[in-house]
Amino acid sequence: MGRYVLRRLLQMIPVVFGTTFLIFWMTWALPGDPLAGKCGQRPCSPEFIAAVRDRLNLGDPLIVAYAKFMKNFLTGNLGDTVSGENIANLIQTAFPVTFRLALLAIVFEVVIGIGAGILSGLRRGGFFDNLVLISTLIVISIPVFVIGFLAQYFFGIKLGWFPVTVSDGAPWGDLVLPAFVLAALSLAYVARLMRASLAENLRSDFVKTATAKGLPRRTVIMKHTVRNSLIPVVTFIGADFGVLLGGAIVTEGIFNISGIGGLTYSAIRLREGATVVTVTTLIVLVFLIVNLFVDLLYAVLDPRIRYE
Amino acid sequence: MSEPTAVGAAAIARTDDHIPSGVERVKPAPEKPRSLWTDAWDDLKRSPIFWISLVLMTFFVVMAIAPGLFTSKDPTFCDLANSRVSPSKQAWFGYDAQGCDVYARTIYGARASISVGIAASLVALFVGAGIGIIAGFYGGFADTVLSRITDIFFAIPILLGSIIILTSFPTGANPSQAAEITKVSLAIAFLGWTSTQRIARSSVIQLRGADYVLAARSLGASNWRIIRRHIIPNSLAPIIVITTISLGGYIGAEATLSFLGIGLQPPVISWGIQINNAQDYLRTSPYLLFFPALFLSLTVLSFIMLGDTIREALDPKLR
Repeated sequence: MGRYVLRRLLQMIPVVFGTTFLIFWMTWALPGDPLAGKCGQRPCSPEFIAAVRDRLNLGDPLIVAYAKFMKNFLTGNLGDTVSGENIANLIQTAFPVTFRLALLAIVFEVVIGIGAGILSGLRRGGFFDNLVLISTLIVISIPVFVIGFLAQYFFGIKLGWFPVTVSDGAPWGDLVLPAFVLAALSLAYVARLMRASLAENLRSDFVKTATAKGLPRRTVIMKHTVRNSLIPVVTFIGADFGVLLGGAIVTEGIFNISGIGGLTYSAIRLREGATVVTVTTLIVLVFLIVNLFVDLLYAVLDPRIRYE
Repeated sequence: MSEPTAVGAAAIARTDDHIPSGVERVKPAPEKPRSLWTDAWDDLKRSPIFWISLVLMTFFVVMAIAPGLFTSKDPTFCDLANSRVSPSKQAWFGYDAQGCDVYARTIYGARASISVGIAASLVALFVGAGIGIIAGFYGGFADTVLSRITDIFFAIPILLGSIIILTSFPTGANPSQAAEITKVSLAIAFLGWTSTQRIARSSVIQLRGADYVLAARSLGASNWRIIRRHIIPNSLAPIIVITTISLGGYIGAEATLSFLGIGLQPPVISWGIQINNAQDYLRTSPYLLFFPALFLSLTVLSFIMLGDTIREALDPKLR
């Protein structure tokens, strides 16, 4: 186990640096004027260009500039927006909101996604199974912003069950509808994955053995089948965290939530490319770290997995 | 997949009216032996979902090629006097805030949206399948390097990556439709090819040790010939499936980017732009959002459903 963790960590290093370098390259070194779209509709002021070039050391060779940028990034020196606000401060206030939203979304995925997956997997071909299959397919094909607007229109405006936008401070109650919208796509995948995994395990030998030795059906299903089927689903949910952070750009934009996604959304609207890039780099880093934890968790959950 | 290639290729040639493939046509074998594709085709013929998605897909592709068949109105003709007039007999989907006919714009929007999807998935197909086949076939050091590079691209979620690229390439004052579509397609495909690479690589690794590859090698066939005659035709099935499914996903991605205001830009007509414009009038004129969203979702649905049914038909485990 210890050696696996170590190997996984070592493998992670080139990917983290490769990925952040790729983003850095995409932002500042692609052909064309790198500052063309980074200051709104008008061109950047010479002072701002000089400040950015100086802060990012763009006069140096690219690899040196990247190394200095990473050093600043890791020590929390993220620079300012065009209007002079400190990006690190902005992120500090925005992050807890997005974290709560993503957490609530994962709760929805676990409760509804896994629940629906189990029920439809146990009765394959039945009415509920077909309902789950068709409704998940529909959810997968509707882009998240359309789901967001539809939910906002029907549940917020027409029925008035939920507030249309989220008020300041983002209380839990206000986040229910946005979290559901955010979770919708992954929820559909979780339900399908759970169903497929359960169906496969139900045919396996150890379930037949458990039934043959006379265990009650309840025990066979809960203790033997469901528990074993959960492994790929748990992995998926963990890895999904980064996707949730990315999807939060759209959801937070629609429901006017002032989280990380809302920050990116408004930065895109104001065409503040510099802020967009900093925040996205941060999201990608979080995504990579969470993925690493999930990988490690996977080895802990399933003792059969032993990587030499 | 253990039959000789000529048979496999013949089967593909017989079914390739329905599945686009770059395989050259081979004369059908006289006794028509059963292959994976014939079995899959027999399954698909009986699947109503397959036919529904095929009809839907054809419908939207025809709409993209010849929008004039569906409407005689000019989508760029707008009359402010008609601003946000509700759906009626004259204008089935009503008029938008600028007084343009929503029905005509929705019909004409198909072209940009579907073009981006097709262009992005073609680029992803060639880059991803190319790298995946090389990595899987040669293995060893080449595989290690290429797969780590793929990991790096894979770690960036497509939406986030496209946002970064597109903010670096803002639209100029007078964008041409073709340039806009190329830009957005490339931004999506830049990170989208990784899933094709992974599928292609794993399916080539399974084929690499097959008896017929060994036979070809011992007869003195070159690597290039083995790849061209044996590896590519036999690994085509999963690659086509992932391309079809991701085509649907890319159309959704284009709409999301246009919705965020950094994808396609007006005067290009696309579903994402329509939805972006409609969001300000959600409370008073929800139909502005509803119709383009409906067309968009049905298109994405048809591609994903088609890929899904073909995958199930090709999967021997589900037989």
